[in-house]
Amino acid sequence: MILAIAHKEFRSLFVIPSTWLILGALQFILAWFFLARLDAFLQVQTQLAQLANAPGVTIAVTTPLFGTVALILMMLIPIFTMRLIAEERRNQTLILLMSAPVSDSHIVLGKFIGLMLFLLLIIASCILMVLTLAAGTQLDTGLLLTNALGIVLLAASYVALGMYVSSLTAQPAVAAIGALAIFFGLWLMEVSAMENDNIWRSLTPTSHFQSFNNGLLNSTDLIFFLLFCTAFLLLTIRRLHNNRIYS
Amino acid sequence: MSVTAPITLSARNLIRCFGQREVIHGISLELRHGEVLGLLGHNGAGKSTTLQMLTGALLPHSGQIEICGFDLSRQPQNAKARTGFLPETLPLYREMSVNDFLIFAAKLHRMPRAQIEDALTETKRRCGLQNHGKKTIGTLSKGYQQRVGIAQAIIHQPEVIILDEPTVGLDPSQIRDIRTLIRELGNMHSVILSTHLLGEVESICDRVEIMHHGRLIYGDSSTKMQQYGSQPGFIVTLLAPPVLSELQAIIEVQQVDQLSATQFRILHAANTNPSAALLALAAQHGWQAEQLVPLRTRLEDVFMQITQDDKL
Repeated sequence: MILAIAHKEFRSLFVIPSTWLILGALQFILAWFFLARLDAFLQVQTQLAQLANAPGVTIAVTTPLFGTVALILMMLIPIFTMRLIAEERRNQTLILLMSAPVSDSHIVLGKFIGLMLFLLLIIASCILMVLTLAAGTQLDTGLLLTNALGIVLLAASYVALGMYVSSLTAQPAVAAIGALAIFFGLWLMEVSAMENDNIWRSLTPTSHFQSFNNGLLNSTDLIFFLLFCTAFLLLTIRRLHNNRIYS
Repeated sequence: MSVTAPITLSARNLIRCFGQREVIHGISLELRHGEVLGLLGHNGAGKSTTLQMLTGALLPHSGQIEICGFDLSRQPQNAKARTGFLPETLPLYREMSVNDFLIFAAKLHRMPRAQIEDALTETKRRCGLQNHGKKTIGTLSKGYQQRVGIAQAIIHQPEVIILDEPTVGLDPSQIRDIRTLIRELGNMHSVILSTHLLGEVESICDRVEIMHHGRLIYGDSSTKMQQYGSQPGFIVTLLAPPVLSELQAIIEVQQVDQLSATQFRILHAANTNPSAALLALAAQHGWQAEQLVPLRTRLEDVFMQITQDDKL
């Protein structure tokens, strides 16, 4: 049942022209960025070679590339999460799901998985771009894998939070702007924190993504993302249940 | 529909509040297999809220709903799998094709994968959508979208079909088609439909419940409803009429009014019928009886009368 909903969400994204437009534009931007980083690396490569323990191409290209993907996803995900619940509520299609023999958790998980599958496509295209370097050099697969895992977890937590905001309103625009504002707030919280062990900083998904970005697999960060996702998914399920009682 | 047909839906004492305000005050309903029940009421009487509670989209604050023996609050998935619902605003994903949407609806209602293909063909045939399977829902006309909405509610062959104002916004020929379809569905399943079109009730419903300010104030078969509050009688046309007193003298006749030179309205008690006696006399005395029409109240009048009685 979860899969039926996920499948429908995933497919319905591809019948909208704007999805293709976003995918195309995104691919263009990321490819441009990737090539720019690669070019920069090639220019300093000779100087780097003189250093002992010089950084390799993976860290010079992958880390900034995935850092950018993280920033772009922050701005992109609200556009997709607004459709999940707020738009269904506005178009009055939510009642189809509410009166069907599926539980609230199935609806929420189905929608979550459907959108994650779509985002995985974007992330996979980035990984493939980096993998093309394997033709000419040795890649640091560990760093690449932690980055991939980190970006998936970050996307998942953005989707969970965005979907919760989406479940609060019947106006897709409000859902998108609301989610974007919260993501920006969280991001500002991270960049404006003075010390490294600041409590505010430890609450933000982006700061936990940092260690993945640097190739560190830290169990604290892993647990943070899992808790973050679970919390907002549960809140969304609760919100849908309340919908049956109070609306 | 027989009285012994199994009960497919029963609701007891449904109460629903919006905030502090109670809007549905203890509604109880029963629906049998093969029955079409019409829920009548003014706008804002609570029809849609009641129907949404019966489908589980809204939870009642108290009361119990059972569908085919499954309690809607304890075994929601079993109960909901046996209902099909067409809400007031069509719940259609406009960007999907008709086929994809109907398949999704079937999957959502836990229909086994192997049966979906046959069910899809059959449902499209019943709703007249054979040639529209590949079209995008958003491009269809309102009438066809309504058909897709109904198709979505019946594709999984539910025991109970709940339709909220199914013919709103359709043209007369589409209304006729949809009514025929509902009547056909009513013979095999149980149907509840809400409407404020009284003609709809007259033509397709076996039974009527009238809802007013969140209460059911009247429930009976739709033919009985037409006799509500009116005295039985008929209008007779006699081309060579006798004097009024001769008509009054006929046994069981309570009152005779002359409507025109040849037309008379004759009222009688509920359990008697003097028409046979009158016709016999007419033949005997050469009154030249031309027409005898039973008095029939318009459903509109009955409806207004019932809802106004309640206000007093």
